[in-house]
Amino acid sequence: MNIFVCVSHVPDTTTKVQVGGSGKEIDPSGVTYILNPYDEYAVEAGLQLKEARGGDVTLVCVGPEAVKETIRKGLAMGADKGIHVVTDAPRDSFGTARAITDALKDRAADAVFVGRQSIDYDGWQMCGLLGEMLGIPSISVVTKLDIAEDGTISAERDIEGGSETVTTKLPAVISAQKGLNDPRYPKLQGIMAAKRKPIEDVAPAPYENRVEVIEMTKPAIKEAGRIVGEGPAAVKDLVRLLHEEAKVI
Amino acid sequence: MTILVLAEQRDGKVKKASYEAIKAASAVATQLNATVTAVLFGADEAAAKSLGGYGAAKTVFVADERLHFYANSAYVKSVAQIMEKEAADVVMLPATSLGKDLAPRLAVRIDGALAPDVTSIAVEDGAIVAQRPVYAGKSVIKVKINSAKQVFSLRPNVFSAGEASGTEAVVENFAPALDDADFVTKATGTTIASGKIDVAEANVIVSGGRGLQGPEHWPLIQGLADTLGAATGASRAVVDAGWRPHAEQVGQTGKTVSPNLYVACGISGAIQHLAGMSSSKCIVAINKDKDAPIFQVADYGIVGDVFEVVPALTEELKSFFGK
Repeated sequence: MNIFVCVSHVPDTTTKVQVGGSGKEIDPSGVTYILNPYDEYAVEAGLQLKEARGGDVTLVCVGPEAVKETIRKGLAMGADKGIHVVTDAPRDSFGTARAITDALKDRAADAVFVGRQSIDYDGWQMCGLLGEMLGIPSISVVTKLDIAEDGTISAERDIEGGSETVTTKLPAVISAQKGLNDPRYPKLQGIMAAKRKPIEDVAPAPYENRVEVIEMTKPAIKEAGRIVGEGPAAVKDLVRLLHEEAKVI
Repeated sequence: MTILVLAEQRDGKVKKASYEAIKAASAVATQLNATVTAVLFGADEAAAKSLGGYGAAKTVFVADERLHFYANSAYVKSVAQIMEKEAADVVMLPATSLGKDLAPRLAVRIDGALAPDVTSIAVEDGAIVAQRPVYAGKSVIKVKINSAKQVFSLRPNVFSAGEASGTEAVVENFAPALDDADFVTKATGTTIASGKIDVAEANVIVSGGRGLQGPEHWPLIQGLADTLGAATGASRAVVDAGWRPHAEQVGQTGKTVSPNLYVACGISGAIQHLAGMSSSKCIVAINKDKDAPIFQVADYGIVGDVFEVVPALTEELKSFFGK
């Protein structure tokens, strides 16, 4: 099976975001980048599919040279090889999906896995964009996945207040949600092996962003409110304030 | 010009987020001298008419039974056909689980682009501009779409739907041209926990953190939530420890919420948690550590032991509500 997993190189969740000099993106200085947490579930799903059906797992990442680090993290988990779509200019989601689609179009993908969202731009778009651009089915936010021998897929996806069962057929794009599996930790042997695994550089076609960032700002900082009091004695005042002042009850 | 709004229903009942989207779209439409046409799959004609109360002049009503359950490709094809018929270049829809799945496929199908999960939308120099939180709300970007066809998904619970005006939308039935290939991907059923309010849709949320010390104390949170008619949420620590399901996790790797009232009990307020809930309209924090970061975003705080304060608050609210 030709299994592909798209991974994203994102700031660690503990990052205190500062706006950079352009006023349109973050200041990357001092930021630690990680493999997008949801992509770990995607990589694991890819590896499990390979273990069940054979084939190989190829990671795909779009971005500048630094994203190779993130590709290596996925290779250390057990993926076989990587494709790095090399671009320094920031791309919107559409442009990223376009670049991945171009890279995959002659590779006969059987399954493409992505994380439900990258935790930088939080777009939740890649699954649907890739599905539509590749002309294959997509199921997003998947917590349970069963792929039968004949390629029939039965998946459960998170919806408000519960889950939805969705069926489709391979080839398909699946976005992984926390709960789908328990991603394996890279072992030392895997980390060493990852250094020797091939990463193919690919140049994307020129692209002009369709979504233009006009500006990036920090959200208005909420002023710390007041301490109503200490211990259970304060609840009477709290209920009064919630009713009379905040008017939320 | 026409702005299309995709309304969503479940079990015949139109979701509140759909009213919010129609209302927001009609504010934009007024400035662009445009009209709002709603699209409703399923439910009934009365529901289709009711969308007029929030600003839809017309509702395109699709009664096709095959679309009773969600099928992303068939929905995308239907919406694209309706856009063409209505000569609409702009589509807005709620950023629900359905909307988030549908919107990117639709954007590609119509050769446009998507601004997802926006929290404000306005007109500047004749163009629609939207703001959306990124980095889990640690920063906000203002964007505009430079392609002619534009899709905006609107975060639920952020835009106000207001009260229905009583105006009815003109209902037009539409049968999309679909074939079997459009239903290769389809939902075959849903499992919804009965009577449970989802944290992402709730007006009031009571959340618990590590301060509860163990899952056996969760009834404290549930009791307060039941009294307030609230959904329950949880910090990542509590979810990772297996006390609560991931569906309840609030924060950067969980759900981003913006209820009217958010009550954080025994949650210290890690940056990832704050990112997911700090846009709540009113935040109450109960924590024994007066220096906990949660108090920095809270409107009202009580410094104290959750095991004492939460039951006392539940009792006080019961008497307030006359329960």
